[in-house]
Amino acid sequence: MKISTLLYTIKQGFANIFRNKWYSLASVATISACLFLFGLFYAIVANFQSIVMKAEEGVSVTVFFHNEYDKCETHTENQIPTDTRIEEIGQMISARVEVSDVIYISDDEAWANFASDYYGENYAEGFPENPLAGEYSYEVYLSDVSMQDALVNWLLSIPEVRKVNFSEVTADTLSGVNLLIAYVSLGIIVILLAVSIFLISNTVAIGISVRSAEINIMKYIGATDFFVRAPFVLEGILIGLLGAAIPLGLIYSLYNYALNYIVERFEILSNFLNFLTVDQVFGVLAPVSLAMGMGIGFLGSISTVRKHLHV
Amino acid sequence: MANRELQRRKREQLIEEKGIIFLDNVRKVYSTGSPALNGITLSIGRGEFVFIVGDSGSGKSTLIKLLLRELTATSGSVYVMGNDLAKLKHRQVPKFRRNLGVVFQDFRLLNDRNVYENVAFAQRIVETPPNEIRRNVPAILATVGLAGKYKAKTRQLSGGEQQRVALARALINKPSILLADEPTGNLDPKNSWEIMKLLEEINESGTTVVVVTHNREIVNAMHKRVVTMKKGVIVSDEEGGEYIDED
Repeated sequence: MKISTLLYTIKQGFANIFRNKWYSLASVATISACLFLFGLFYAIVANFQSIVMKAEEGVSVTVFFHNEYDKCETHTENQIPTDTRIEEIGQMISARVEVSDVIYISDDEAWANFASDYYGENYAEGFPENPLAGEYSYEVYLSDVSMQDALVNWLLSIPEVRKVNFSEVTADTLSGVNLLIAYVSLGIIVILLAVSIFLISNTVAIGISVRSAEINIMKYIGATDFFVRAPFVLEGILIGLLGAAIPLGLIYSLYNYALNYIVERFEILSNFLNFLTVDQVFGVLAPVSLAMGMGIGFLGSISTVRKHLHV
Repeated sequence: MANRELQRRKREQLIEEKGIIFLDNVRKVYSTGSPALNGITLSIGRGEFVFIVGDSGSGKSTLIKLLLRELTATSGSVYVMGNDLAKLKHRQVPKFRRNLGVVFQDFRLLNDRNVYENVAFAQRIVETPPNEIRRNVPAILATVGLAGKYKAKTRQLSGGEQQRVALARALINKPSILLADEPTGNLDPKNSWEIMKLLEEINESGTTVVVVTHNREIVNAMHKRVVTMKKGVIVSDEEGGEYIDED
């Protein structure tokens, strides 16, 4: 293709937007409406997920080992782990996919933590020896709480493990919330897609009636499919980008405003709910929205033109 | 390269033997109803001026659509400029049409562009260098009598002027054949005659001109070859013939 033809195509792509002002405006408005809903929904879901993830990060299971002070007769001598074996078990736990962090708690640390929680600073008085001697443990943090059961079962299968402390209710609740968010997201995305397709197909139908004569003329005088299609596709992409940029700007302002409002008016809420910053939301939302806008514009224009190319 | 040259020679030979337009026992049946064309055989030589006449439903429009390769024949063969149109692939159609000027009753101009842009568009399609376009467009507009109107929007022009723009657009790439489908259908008698005069001049410069019309007055006055169609068949084909309205 000659440079002059390429330049002409680009020029026509821009010119088409102004030639068909009302069609362009309707297309931009349609895409903007769809992407505004998408952006709003994404911002809400992303915050929900972030809050749930933060809660999940705090969920841990505690693994205790058999020890010589343990009067339980169910364990044998070789079930009491050596320091090396405890370290080895720690490494095995760390290697599991559902585990995000493992912290070793020695018996002295365990007593210090317990006593400071229940007796205050002077906890040592009255306890010349560590009552928790031999109570080594691992605090295991999960990356996916839904796999807590599998992890607990695996831990209990290790002969040296005496007991595993965990909260089934917390894990189940968080898993449930996660699942609910996934279902609600899926449902809303399906509804949004259906609405978008309906609105966009209607706008495209208007475009077809506006453009059919023009495309026919081009084809009658010997224009190739590419020559006909290229300016329309460029026009579609530009409309799509514009249709994405408007809701992004709107959501940016709205989100900032809403965030400041919540932080100022509901300080208690913001103490335990970690809302995402506008940059964190837009790190994903901006490229996704622009790509969607371009995609919608591209597909819309391609389908508009294709119906009339076989002349 | 050798293969292309061979094909070009074959096309030339076919044009010499059969004519620049050749239809051999062509039938066109639409999915709904009786045949629009029913066994048409027609040969038009290079440089001829031919009127195709007939009432509504006689098959004239279908014939034009076949020549433009907008439709393909149900059976029989259609050759235009030595090309067997049934064998022409979709991607080859644009190149084929560039050698074929076409003018319609409703002008079919790009109404959001000015006169210059409408005519230049046909040259942009064939990737003519911009400096040549700037030279060619005013020249062809002068030929059709629109020298001073190249900046005007097509909607601002009269019917006759719009048809001249369409003619200029059809002619700017120097086509071998000019197909005119009811070119005077929307024009008053004065403008109709001016357009016909232009078509005659174009023909005299060597372009084959095929005019589909039912303007009896013009056909009878111009004394050209007249092909009369009725219900999908050719009922007469006479040099210097007349358009006889049987009703």
